[in-house]
Amino acid sequence: MCNSEFRGFQRQLSEFDKRGIRIVAISVDAPEESRRMAQKLGITFPLLSDPKNEVTRKYDLLHTGGGPKASDIARPAEFLIDSAGSVLWVNLTESAVVRARPAQVLKAWDAAKH
Amino acid sequence: MKRKWNWRLWVGFLLVLAGLLSFVPVFAQFPITRDFPWVNLSLFAIGGVLLMIGLARAYRQSEAYRGKVSGPILTILSVLGIAFFCYGIFYHARQLPASAQAPHAGQKAPDFSLPDQNGKMVSLSDLLSSGKGALLIFYRGYW
Repeated sequence: MCNSEFRGFQRQLSEFDKRGIRIVAISVDAPEESRRMAQKLGITFPLLSDPKNEVTRKYDLLHTGGGPKASDIARPAEFLIDSAGSVLWVNLTESAVVRARPAQVLKAWDAAKH
Repeated sequence: MKRKWNWRLWVGFLLVLAGLLSFVPVFAQFPITRDFPWVNLSLFAIGGVLLMIGLARAYRQSEAYRGKVSGPILTILSVLGIAFFCYGIFYHARQLPASAQAPHAGQKAPDFSLPDQNGKMVSLSDLLSSGKGALLIFYRGYW
Protein backbone atom coordinates (compact mmCIF):
# COMPACT_ATOMS: atom_id res chain seq x y z
CA MET A 1 0.00 0.00 0.00
CA CYS A 2 2.82 2.38 0.77
CA ASN A 3 4.13 1.74 -2.78
CA SER A 4 1.10 3.35 -4.34
CA GLU A 5 1.03 6.12 -1.75
CA PHE A 6 4.70 6.99 -2.27
CA ARG A 7 4.53 6.86 -6.05
CA GLY A 8 1.62 9.28 -5.96
CA PHE A 9 3.49 11.78 -3.77
CA GLN A 10 6.67 11.38 -5.83
CA ARG A 11 4.71 12.20 -9.02
CA GLN A 12 3.29 15.34 -7.40
CA LEU A 13 6.57 16.35 -5.75
CA SER A 14 6.92 19.51 -7.86
CA GLU A 15 3.55 20.74 -6.54
CA PHE A 16 4.84 20.31 -2.98
CA ASP A 17 8.19 21.94 -3.86
CA LYS A 18 6.38 24.90 -5.38
CA ARG A 19 4.61 25.53 -2.06
CA GLY A 20 7.76 24.91 0.00
CA ILE A 21 6.32 21.76 1.61
CA ARG A 22 9.05 19.26 2.51
CA ILE A 23 7.89 15.62 2.41
CA VAL A 24 9.39 12.99 4.72
CA ALA A 25 8.19 9.45 5.42
CA ILE A 26 8.82 7.59 8.70
CA SER A 27 8.86 3.86 9.50
CA VAL A 28 10.75 1.24 11.52
CA ASP A 29 12.77 0.23 8.43
CA ALA A 30 16.57 0.50 8.69
CA PRO A 31 18.23 3.10 6.41
CA GLU A 32 19.60 0.31 4.14
CA GLU A 33 16.11 -1.11 3.58
CA SER A 34 14.75 2.36 2.90
CA ARG A 35 17.56 3.01 0.43
CA ARG A 36 16.65 -0.13 -1.53
CA MET A 37 12.99 0.83 -1.55
CA ALA A 38 13.77 4.42 -2.61
CA GLN A 39 15.86 3.13 -5.50
CA LYS A 40 13.26 0.60 -6.56
CA LEU A 41 10.37 3.07 -6.50
CA GLY A 42 12.37 6.12 -7.63
CA ILE A 43 11.69 8.06 -4.43
CA THR A 44 13.74 11.20 -3.84
CA PHE A 45 12.23 12.48 -0.59
CA PRO A 46 13.76 11.31 2.74
CA LEU A 47 12.63 7.99 4.23
CA LEU A 48 13.43 8.28 7.92
CA SER A 49 14.29 5.34 10.12
CA ASP A 50 12.66 5.05 13.56
CA PRO A 51 13.62 1.47 14.51
CA LYS A 52 12.57 1.79 18.16
CA ASN A 53 9.31 3.59 17.34
CA GLU A 54 10.35 6.56 19.48
CA VAL A 55 8.85 9.17 17.18
CA THR A 56 5.91 6.89 16.38
CA ARG A 57 5.15 6.75 20.13
CA LYS A 58 5.47 10.54 20.46
CA TYR A 59 2.78 10.87 17.80
CA ASP A 60 0.65 8.10 19.41
CA LEU A 61 0.74 5.99 16.26
CA LEU A 62 2.19 2.75 17.65
CA HIS A 63 0.47 -0.33 16.24
CA THR A 64 1.50 -2.99 18.75
CA GLY A 65 2.02 -6.33 17.03
CA GLY A 66 0.92 -4.90 13.68
CA GLY A 67 4.08 -5.82 11.78
CA PRO A 68 5.63 -9.07 10.60
CA LYS A 69 6.13 -11.63 13.41
CA ALA A 70 3.95 -9.44 15.65
CA SER A 71 6.56 -6.66 15.72
CA ASP A 72 5.52 -3.12 16.61
CA ILE A 73 5.16 -0.66 13.72
CA ALA A 74 3.51 2.69 12.98
CA ARG A 75 -0.11 2.79 11.87
CA PRO A 76 -0.45 4.74 8.60
CA ALA A 77 -1.00 8.49 9.16
CA GLU A 78 -0.19 11.80 7.48
CA PHE A 79 0.45 15.18 9.16
CA LEU A 80 0.72 18.50 7.37
CA ILE A 81 2.70 20.99 9.43
CA ASP A 82 3.09 24.74 8.95
CA SER A 83 6.29 26.77 9.31
CA ALA A 84 5.50 27.51 12.99
CA GLY A 85 5.44 23.76 13.70
CA SER A 86 1.67 23.50 14.18
CA VAL A 87 -0.44 20.76 12.65
CA LEU A 88 -2.54 22.18 9.80
CA TRP A 89 -4.19 18.93 8.75
CA VAL A 90 -4.02 15.33 9.84
CA ASN A 91 -5.22 12.08 8.30
CA LEU A 92 -5.63 9.06 10.58
CA THR A 93 -6.96 6.48 8.16
CA GLU A 94 -9.43 3.87 9.40
CA SER A 95 -8.05 1.23 7.06
CA ALA A 96 -4.48 0.28 6.25
CA VAL A 97 -5.41 -0.02 2.56
CA VAL A 98 -6.76 3.55 2.35
CA ARG A 99 -4.12 6.30 2.32
CA ALA A 100 -4.04 10.05 1.83
CA ARG A 101 -3.80 11.25 -1.75
CA PRO A 102 -1.52 14.12 -2.81
CA ALA A 103 -4.48 16.19 -4.03
CA GLN A 104 -6.12 16.05 -0.57
CA VAL A 105 -2.97 17.35 1.11
CA LEU A 106 -2.45 20.13 -1.44
CA LYS A 107 -6.09 21.17 -1.05
CA ALA A 108 -5.74 21.33 2.75
CA TRP A 109 -2.58 23.45 2.38
CA ASP A 110 -4.11 25.81 -0.16
CA ALA A 111 -7.26 26.21 1.96
CA ALA A 112 -5.19 27.12 5.04
CA LYS A 113 -2.96 29.50 3.07
CA HIS A 114 -5.75 30.78 0.77
CA MET B 1 -24.14 -39.96 -24.30
CA LYS B 2 -20.96 -38.11 -23.49
CA ARG B 3 -21.61 -35.20 -21.13
CA LYS B 4 -20.31 -31.76 -22.06
CA TRP B 5 -17.48 -29.95 -20.28
CA ASN B 6 -19.01 -27.54 -17.76
CA TRP B 7 -16.71 -24.60 -18.59
CA ARG B 8 -18.68 -22.07 -16.54
CA LEU B 9 -17.50 -23.71 -13.32
CA TRP B 10 -13.86 -23.47 -14.31
CA VAL B 11 -14.00 -19.97 -15.77
CA GLY B 12 -15.93 -18.80 -12.69
CA PHE B 13 -13.30 -20.31 -10.41
CA LEU B 14 -10.46 -18.76 -12.42
CA LEU B 15 -12.09 -15.31 -12.21
CA VAL B 16 -12.37 -15.64 -8.43
CA LEU B 17 -8.72 -16.74 -8.30
CA ALA B 18 -7.71 -13.78 -10.48
CA GLY B 19 -9.63 -11.47 -8.12
CA LEU B 20 -7.73 -12.88 -5.15
CA LEU B 21 -4.26 -12.81 -6.63
CA SER B 22 -4.43 -9.48 -8.46
CA PHE B 23 -5.15 -7.13 -5.55
CA VAL B 24 -1.69 -6.77 -4.03
CA PRO B 25 0.45 -6.78 -7.20
CA VAL B 26 -1.94 -4.83 -9.47
CA PHE B 27 -4.98 -3.05 -8.09
CA ALA B 28 -3.51 -1.96 -4.73
CA GLN B 29 -0.97 0.02 -6.78
CA PHE B 30 -3.57 2.58 -7.87
CA PRO B 31 -5.57 4.63 -5.35
CA ILE B 32 -8.73 4.37 -7.46
CA THR B 33 -8.80 0.56 -7.30
CA ARG B 34 -7.14 0.36 -3.86
CA ASP B 35 -9.24 2.49 -1.51
CA PHE B 36 -12.31 0.45 -2.46
CA PRO B 37 -11.42 -2.82 -4.26
CA TRP B 38 -14.24 -2.62 -6.80
CA VAL B 39 -12.35 -4.43 -9.59
CA ASN B 40 -11.64 -7.43 -7.36
CA LEU B 41 -15.20 -7.49 -6.02
CA SER B 42 -16.51 -7.36 -9.60
CA LEU B 43 -14.33 -10.33 -10.56
CA PHE B 44 -15.77 -12.22 -7.57
CA ALA B 45 -19.31 -11.31 -8.59
CA ILE B 46 -18.89 -12.42 -12.21
CA GLY B 47 -17.05 -15.57 -11.11
CA GLY B 48 -19.79 -16.31 -8.58
CA VAL B 49 -22.56 -15.99 -11.17
CA LEU B 50 -20.72 -18.34 -13.54
CA LEU B 51 -20.22 -20.86 -10.72
CA MET B 52 -23.94 -20.74 -9.89
CA ILE B 53 -24.92 -21.30 -13.52
CA GLY B 54 -22.36 -24.11 -13.76
CA LEU B 55 -23.69 -25.75 -10.60
CA ALA B 56 -27.27 -25.49 -11.82
CA ARG B 57 -26.28 -27.21 -15.06
CA ALA B 58 -24.30 -29.91 -13.28
CA TYR B 59 -27.26 -30.89 -11.09
CA ARG B 60 -30.39 -30.03 -13.08
CA GLN B 61 -29.03 -31.19 -16.44
CA SER B 62 -26.67 -33.81 -15.15
CA GLU B 63 -27.29 -35.97 -18.22
CA ALA B 64 -25.86 -33.19 -20.43
CA TYR B 65 -23.18 -31.52 -18.25
CA ARG B 66 -20.35 -32.67 -16.06
CA GLY B 67 -19.32 -31.00 -12.81
CA LYS B 68 -21.21 -32.78 -10.03
CA VAL B 69 -17.93 -33.35 -8.20
CA SER B 70 -15.75 -30.48 -9.42
CA GLY B 71 -18.60 -27.94 -9.09
CA PRO B 72 -19.01 -28.10 -5.30
CA ILE B 73 -15.23 -28.27 -4.78
CA LEU B 74 -14.57 -25.20 -6.93
CA THR B 75 -17.48 -23.37 -5.30
CA ILE B 76 -16.28 -24.08 -1.76
CA LEU B 77 -12.73 -22.99 -2.64
CA SER B 78 -14.12 -19.80 -4.18
CA VAL B 79 -16.30 -19.01 -1.15
CA LEU B 80 -13.33 -19.55 1.18
CA GLY B 81 -11.11 -17.34 -0.99
CA ILE B 82 -13.67 -14.52 -1.14
CA ALA B 83 -14.25 -14.77 2.63
CA PHE B 84 -10.49 -14.54 3.23
CA PHE B 85 -10.22 -11.47 0.95
CA CYS B 86 -13.15 -9.69 2.61
CA TYR B 87 -11.82 -10.50 6.08
CA GLY B 88 -8.45 -9.04 5.12
CA ILE B 89 -9.72 -5.87 3.49
CA PHE B 90 -12.85 -5.05 5.48
CA TYR B 91 -11.85 -6.34 8.91
CA HIS B 92 -8.15 -7.00 9.41
CA ALA B 93 -6.93 -3.85 7.63
CA ARG B 94 -9.22 -1.79 9.88
CA GLN B 95 -7.76 -3.08 13.15
CA LEU B 96 -5.67 0.04 13.70
CA PRO B 97 -5.05 1.79 17.03
CA ALA B 98 -7.35 4.77 17.64
CA SER B 99 -4.40 7.16 18.17
CA ALA B 100 -6.55 9.48 20.29
CA GLN B 101 -3.47 11.33 21.57
CA ALA B 102 -2.03 11.97 18.10
CA PRO B 103 -1.46 15.71 17.57
CA HIS B 104 -4.50 17.24 15.95
CA ALA B 105 -5.01 20.38 13.93
CA GLY B 106 -3.79 23.47 15.75
CA GLN B 107 -1.49 21.53 18.09
CA LYS B 108 2.29 21.65 18.05
CA ALA B 109 3.92 18.75 16.18
CA PRO B 110 6.57 17.07 18.39
CA ASP B 111 10.09 17.65 17.07
CA PHE B 112 12.29 14.69 16.13
CA SER B 113 15.62 13.88 14.56
CA LEU B 114 16.04 10.64 12.59
CA PRO B 115 18.45 9.26 9.97
CA ASP B 116 17.29 9.12 6.35
CA GLN B 117 18.05 6.36 3.81
CA ASN B 118 21.56 7.76 3.32
CA GLY B 119 22.30 8.01 7.06
CA LYS B 120 21.90 11.81 7.13
CA MET B 121 20.10 13.15 10.21
CA VAL B 122 16.88 15.01 9.43
CA SER B 123 14.92 16.93 12.05
CA LEU B 124 11.49 18.51 11.85
CA SER B 125 12.92 21.89 12.88
CA ASP B 126 15.46 21.72 9.99
CA LEU B 127 12.67 20.89 7.55
CA LEU B 128 10.60 23.83 8.75
CA SER B 129 13.48 26.29 8.68
CA SER B 130 14.41 25.33 5.12
CA GLY B 131 10.81 25.15 3.83
CA LYS B 132 7.42 26.68 4.46
CA GLY B 133 5.91 23.47 5.81
CA ALA B 134 6.33 19.74 6.09
CA LEU B 135 4.32 16.63 5.32
CA LEU B 136 5.03 13.66 7.60
CA ILE B 137 3.95 10.31 6.19
CA PHE B 138 4.02 7.52 8.76
CA TYR B 139 3.98 4.10 7.09
CA ARG B 140 4.12 0.46 8.07
CA GLY B 141 7.50 -0.34 6.52
CA TYR B 142 8.41 -2.16 3.38
CA TRP B 143 8.91 -5.65 4.88
